[in-house]
Amino acid sequence: MSVQSTPKTTTMTIAEAARDALAEEMRRDPSVWALGEDLAAGGIFGTYKGLLDEFGAQRIVSTPISESMIMNVGFGAALAGTRPVIEMRILDFALCAWDELINQIAKARFMFGGQTNVPVVVRLPQGIGRGFQAAQHSQSLEAWLVHTPGLVVLAPATAADEKGLLKAAIRSDDPVVMLDPKSLFATTGEVPAGDYTIPIGEARIAREGSDLTLVTWSSLLPAVLAAAEKAGEAGISVEVIDLRSLWPWDRTRVLASAARTKRALIAHEAVRIGGFGAEIAATITEELGVPVARIGAPRIPVGYAPVLENTYRVNAEKIFAAIQKAMR
Amino acid sequence: MADRVELGVSFLRTMVRIREFEQHARIGYDAGEIPGVVHLSIGQEAVAVGVCANLAREDYVASTHRGHGHCVAKGAETGAMMAELFGKSTGTNKGKGGSMHIADFSVGMLGANGVVGGGIGIAVGAAQAARLLGKKSISVCFFGDGAVNRGPFLEGLNWSVVFKLPVLFVCEDNAFSAFTRASSTTAGKGASARAEAIGLETRSVDGNDVFAVYDAAHELIAHIREGRGPAFLYAPTYRLDGHTVFDKAPYRSSEELERKREDDPVSDLESRLREWGVAQAQVDKIHVEAREEMVRAMLSARRAPLPTEADAFLDVQNIGAPV
Repeated sequence: MSVQSTPKTTTMTIAEAARDALAEEMRRDPSVWALGEDLAAGGIFGTYKGLLDEFGAQRIVSTPISESMIMNVGFGAALAGTRPVIEMRILDFALCAWDELINQIAKARFMFGGQTNVPVVVRLPQGIGRGFQAAQHSQSLEAWLVHTPGLVVLAPATAADEKGLLKAAIRSDDPVVMLDPKSLFATTGEVPAGDYTIPIGEARIAREGSDLTLVTWSSLLPAVLAAAEKAGEAGISVEVIDLRSLWPWDRTRVLASAARTKRALIAHEAVRIGGFGAEIAATITEELGVPVARIGAPRIPVGYAPVLENTYRVNAEKIFAAIQKAMR
Repeated sequence: MADRVELGVSFLRTMVRIREFEQHARIGYDAGEIPGVVHLSIGQEAVAVGVCANLAREDYVASTHRGHGHCVAKGAETGAMMAELFGKSTGTNKGKGGSMHIADFSVGMLGANGVVGGGIGIAVGAAQAARLLGKKSISVCFFGDGAVNRGPFLEGLNWSVVFKLPVLFVCEDNAFSAFTRASSTTAGKGASARAEAIGLETRSVDGNDVFAVYDAAHELIAHIREGRGPAFLYAPTYRLDGHTVFDKAPYRSSEELERKREDDPVSDLESRLREWGVAQAQVDKIHVEAREEMVRAMLSARRAPLPTEADAFLDVQNIGAPV
């Protein structure tokens, strides 16, 4: 009889990693539950698949299409001692519940003078997704959320980070907004076995380099890595930082890298104007005075036809061009 | 009957305490001691008291922007409440919420709310949490006539019936949605008809008659505690003051106001108690004690320390220091 060693990692999709994270946390803590549209059916990305069977309808709650109520019921349930995971389907629909998220959840602990925490996770898959879903299903609005005091904002791009950050989010006493990378849900990655969390606020060096610091997050990561690869072939060594947490964000790691490379570029899928990239750029300039460039989408809604969507989309070619420009 | 008299005296005590709290809040505002906006509930005391007299400490209440009365009726300490209005660090919310966000979690009061209809989902969520945790608590949500025209009213009532949750919705119709007569902005047959259409057990009562409110709430709460789902209480009353403490309410006639003053829920209850043999001296004593309580609350609020600049950075969030 041979003894099998425990595998250190498992390959799985981001959606599977998200489902495993929630299932593990629900097993660990009976006050964790989830509410949102179509959860009994597994959720639109399969991130709740099979959970109804294990946890029942009291903890996997399939709700009416009532976004403001989903958000506010989660809020009220957190005030009354549970830890809800609030599923919003996609970020765009959370705008029907913006009052509940911004006016109530984000401010409650402060406004009530610390009488309560609000331990909720609000799941908002964002970005273009599988494509051609037009302007109300494709937005990236992280800048609005990071702008709001009281919220923790996470934007993972890999299966390992999805699982580790979601588990950390569920355990946190703060309201955490989880901006899942919609277009990457089906991509696979290596996920560590067993119970683990990723520290909130810690960026990851996705690729080491010495000529340029390229900061990104969420669904743009694969395009950024492809552009960095191409730059490497052209003799430009790009360090890619996957931010993972947008608030708090890892100033230390970004500034250390930019101080070393003396050049920085920020790439995000969201509209460039007023985007979160501007905050990072300003910080790098204020602290280091090194030149910083940004690449993001033009300030247009996402169009339906492929040519319109692609005009909006930040892709590897555009990022490569931005790298070349930043190196001039 | 002796029980009714005893109950009536206890109702009067809480109603007078609310009335005195509000009158002292006005004094504090006029003197410049209360910095922010204050919405008084003078004239609406019977709804808060008649409903909350049926509740235990572990039951939850979510309130409106006109929430002082609900807070007092649920058992919050008036000294800490007044300190909150003064913006002092000894306030229920450490001076961070003021009148519109006044909350006392130690008595299940989950907050006044600056957004019309904002408390509806909170009450529904607290009820859902209580069920998940196996607690006996029920939730009560107070809201005004303005809230019935907002989406959360439909969403929250529907949700509570779908999941058969232990929630009592109380529509405290004070006749005005801010500066506008509610009847001019609400279509159809109004709040109760909407609640009935969604399938809630519904009662309408005179919201100025504390016994009527108490009895109807008693019956509906029994229905809720038996696990038979949510219920709806419609209680028309009248806002004797303006929308805020600085609103002189020019949109209504002085004749209307005089007529409504004759239907003051506090004096109505006093008349009834006198008919039932309660001595005027006992009524007077209730007023004196309430006044003394609120004078003490004002004095302690006045003497209490203000929050510091450093306090502005506390309780924002645990993860990520505020900058």
